[in-house]
Amino acid sequence: MCHTVAMSQEKLDLLQGTLDVMVLQTLAVMGAQHGYGIARRIEQVSGNQVLLNQGTIYASLVRLQQRGWISAAWGTSDNNRKAKFYALTKAGRKQLATETAHWERLSGVMGRVLGMQREEAES
Amino acid sequence: MNFRQIVQRALAFFRKKPWDRDFDAEAASHLDFAIEENIRVGLAPEEARRQALVRFGGVQQSREKHREARGLPWLDSVMQDLRYTFRTLRRDRSFALVAVLMLGLGIGANVAVFSVVNGILLRPLPLHNPERLVWIESATGRSGLSSLTYSVDAYEEFRERNRALQSVTGYFPFTSPDNVNLTGHGEPLPFTSITVVGNFFRTLGVQPRLGRLFTAEETQKNGRPAVLLAYPFWKRQFAGDPKIVGSTIDLNDQPVIVVGVLPKSFDFGTIFSPGEKVDMFVPAILDNMRDWGNVFTMIGRLKPGVSLTQAQAEANILAPGLYFNVKYPDSKGFYTMKVRALKQYVSGKLRRPLIVLWCAVGFILLIVCVNLSNLLLARAASRSKEFAMRSALGAGRGRLIRQLLTESLVLAVAGAVIGLGIAYAITAYLAHQGSLALPLLDSVRVDGAALAWTVLVAVAAALLFGLLPGFRMSGQDVQTSLKDMSHGMSAGRSHQRLRSALVISELALACVLLVGAGLLLHSFLRLLDVDLGFQPSHAAAIKVDYNDGNNAAKRTAILHEILRRVEAIPGIEAAGISDNLPLEGNRSWGLRAKGKQYRHGELPGAFVYIITPGYFQAMGMHLLEGRAFNWGDRNGSQPVVIVNEKAAHYLWPHENPIGQMAVTGGRDIRLVGVVSNVRQSSLEKQGGWQMYLPASQAGPAGANLVVRSKLPVSALAPSIMHTLRSINPQQPSTQLRPIEADVDHAVSPRRFFVSLVSAFAAFGLLLAALGIFGVISYSVTQRTHEIGIRMALGATAGLVQANVLSQTLRLAVIGVALGTIASFAVARLIASLLFETAPTDPVAFAGTIALLGLTALLAGWIPARRASRVDPMTALRAN
Repeated sequence: MCHTVAMSQEKLDLLQGTLDVMVLQTLAVMGAQHGYGIARRIEQVSGNQVLLNQGTIYASLVRLQQRGWISAAWGTSDNNRKAKFYALTKAGRKQLATETAHWERLSGVMGRVLGMQREEAES
Repeated sequence: MNFRQIVQRALAFFRKKPWDRDFDAEAASHLDFAIEENIRVGLAPEEARRQALVRFGGVQQSREKHREARGLPWLDSVMQDLRYTFRTLRRDRSFALVAVLMLGLGIGANVAVFSVVNGILLRPLPLHNPERLVWIESATGRSGLSSLTYSVDAYEEFRERNRALQSVTGYFPFTSPDNVNLTGHGEPLPFTSITVVGNFFRTLGVQPRLGRLFTAEETQKNGRPAVLLAYPFWKRQFAGDPKIVGSTIDLNDQPVIVVGVLPKSFDFGTIFSPGEKVDMFVPAILDNMRDWGNVFTMIGRLKPGVSLTQAQAEANILAPGLYFNVKYPDSKGFYTMKVRALKQYVSGKLRRPLIVLWCAVGFILLIVCVNLSNLLLARAASRSKEFAMRSALGAGRGRLIRQLLTESLVLAVAGAVIGLGIAYAITAYLAHQGSLALPLLDSVRVDGAALAWTVLVAVAAALLFGLLPGFRMSGQDVQTSLKDMSHGMSAGRSHQRLRSALVISELALACVLLVGAGLLLHSFLRLLDVDLGFQPSHAAAIKVDYNDGNNAAKRTAILHEILRRVEAIPGIEAAGISDNLPLEGNRSWGLRAKGKQYRHGELPGAFVYIITPGYFQAMGMHLLEGRAFNWGDRNGSQPVVIVNEKAAHYLWPHENPIGQMAVTGGRDIRLVGVVSNVRQSSLEKQGGWQMYLPASQAGPAGANLVVRSKLPVSALAPSIMHTLRSINPQQPSTQLRPIEADVDHAVSPRRFFVSLVSAFAAFGLLLAALGIFGVISYSVTQRTHEIGIRMALGATAGLVQANVLSQTLRLAVIGVALGTIASFAVARLIASLLFETAPTDPVAFAGTIALLGLTALLAGWIPARRASRVDPMTALRAN
């Protein structure tokens, strides 16, 4: 039991930053959206590779909201359901740009580093 | 985390309910969306709901995550711990009460003593840039103030020639209390006036509250008389009337202009003469004082960038070149100088006693902590099931320790609050003990530093008494402890061992405290027992005013008449007059045997008392040889002197001193008597040389009428005042004060320390007794079953009692043995504070051991009795 707790915590730590970026990006693409819509969209886009407890998206949303990167308001959905809609703010857009640049740099570097290791092992 | 987020999180922390509701609504809406979609893809409603919930992943967990993300999770858990703590403490009210009270007393004592230490030792003097101020006195003076001070010529020359000080000032320290009379408004009232060099206040950096300081003109010969009022005197006597500045008051029937009022923050007495009040200040007219001998203690202000060492080095060069009196070319070369920080002069002597006091309260807090640790351990036994349960339910060790530390902290904070109350009360009381001869006492208060100290002490205490039980409890094996408790016995042999160890250390600490207090107390008793050379009990003194027009014959007649009438008052056994009293005045003159050669600086000065016949009887002094003065010693008859034993032995070592000729003040005088040595300025130090001159032949500085009577002072005062007024209607309404008051004043610092240390020791003893009682009592409860079996098997009540008592004694013996060893070490550290008491004083040690032994027995006897009354049947059935 102890082990499971530790592992899932590890996974969440890994996900925490990434999930926030995913949410920001989703909102940037889709415009105002409610929590369920965001969660579904991330699942679809990632080809269900992100194992997401949909509930955890709300922790991410409230965090982004407190940072002023997204705004939230209750509204009505297309099929007439009350839902809380989130939208990217100006600050959020800027943050997304920063994050995107950061991730691209990081993944580039990681790719190069990992690639180099393989070559060395072969030679 | 940015600032905005911190604010948002804090806001969310206080708006938990609305946020939770919002989340719940959002989760519900989410699930509705999911179910709808699931149904759309063809699932049955039941299954659609189940799937939605699975994908959501637990509403409760998500809510927790949501809370953590938006609020202050650490604060949440602190609040949780606090709520839990309050619940447990409410359940165990008597424990909480005892713990908080003990901590309150312990912390209160600590904060109070810290405030005293802070006020006297740590805080800078309440003057402008006080660290630049220095105290300058003779490095070699051997006999009282006269040998430590400087003449006007020496002062002026030093002031002109030195380069290290930007300003040099001084004051006339030979003033006795109540030296001026405020006249002109009915009865003359006595007040204390200090003569200061004109630049005194400027040098210290004291600005007047009203008016101005002295001008140069006011310090000139025949200048306009001026006076500065001290704040309390202005408030009391003139009701704080600002119009008094610039107006004239009558001092000794002379009109004097009030030029200003000093600020409330400047209290001369508290810095320079602790325990005495000073009402006003007059400027020294240097030209008038040139021939008075040594008159000033000097105070200087260092120039910026000049160090104390540099100032001392310069003083070493300048001092030997100073003239006592420029009129006499051979009066050069007698001066030396010691330059030290003013603060060092004011409170340096108190450093050691205060540090001892500080350590003593530290000990008290240690004992309190050990005792609480013990109580907590006892509680731990009854709570170990609760903790085992929590740990079984998944609480980590850190979490449990945190919970226990929260409890300790809550107790400590409650104790600190009570302690602060106690400290406030103590410091407020002390700050108003004007007669206590401790400097800067009026500035003692619970200030910011003391509050910080309180926090520090409380937290340290909480850690100290909370950590040990915390680790013990949280470290228990769940299995054992659940099983262990189900038996209700042997709850921890190791527990019991630990508690015994704590009690032993508590006893050892209390032992050290008691030995320290015992040594100081014994010193104090020795001090009270010291042969003063006079009998303070049944003697009282009053300042007498008379007008002799500077005529010796007239003076003699007046004094004779006063004494004749006073002696006639019923109940008066003896009466005499002296211008100085032991433990009060401080003035010495040179004295040598005629016709003998002495080395330069060989002879100390002798304290001078100018007296009338009857003084020795009134003071209860012993005439050892020769005769006392009588009214036949007139102005014009053979000048006579009486000296004390010490001076007589030195000046005429192998001869009969009576009838020998001595020289003082350039006059030949005949020695007619030898009296006992008197403790002149301190009870603790042997007096130096003393000489007595008849008031009819020498010029006395004022007069103190001393009477000896079995009647109380209050009964004597009216008739004496009536008699004095019948001779001089201008006699001010001075107080008739018991001579014992002077003795009390002289011993007040020591009494202050002794009573505090004794109170701490008593508290420590009580705590140790509580500790023993707790442990023994607990062990009896634990062993009820076992005792029951023993008694069923035939053990008598006496045997059971003896058994418990021997357990108690074992603890006591080990504790006292360790404590005694530690005490030997500690006693050596405080040896310099003892008076005629060895650090190994058997009385203090034996007394401590006996006291601790008895206390231990008493504390063990109560549970022992309970043990012997265990009913075997009940005890066995209970399990």
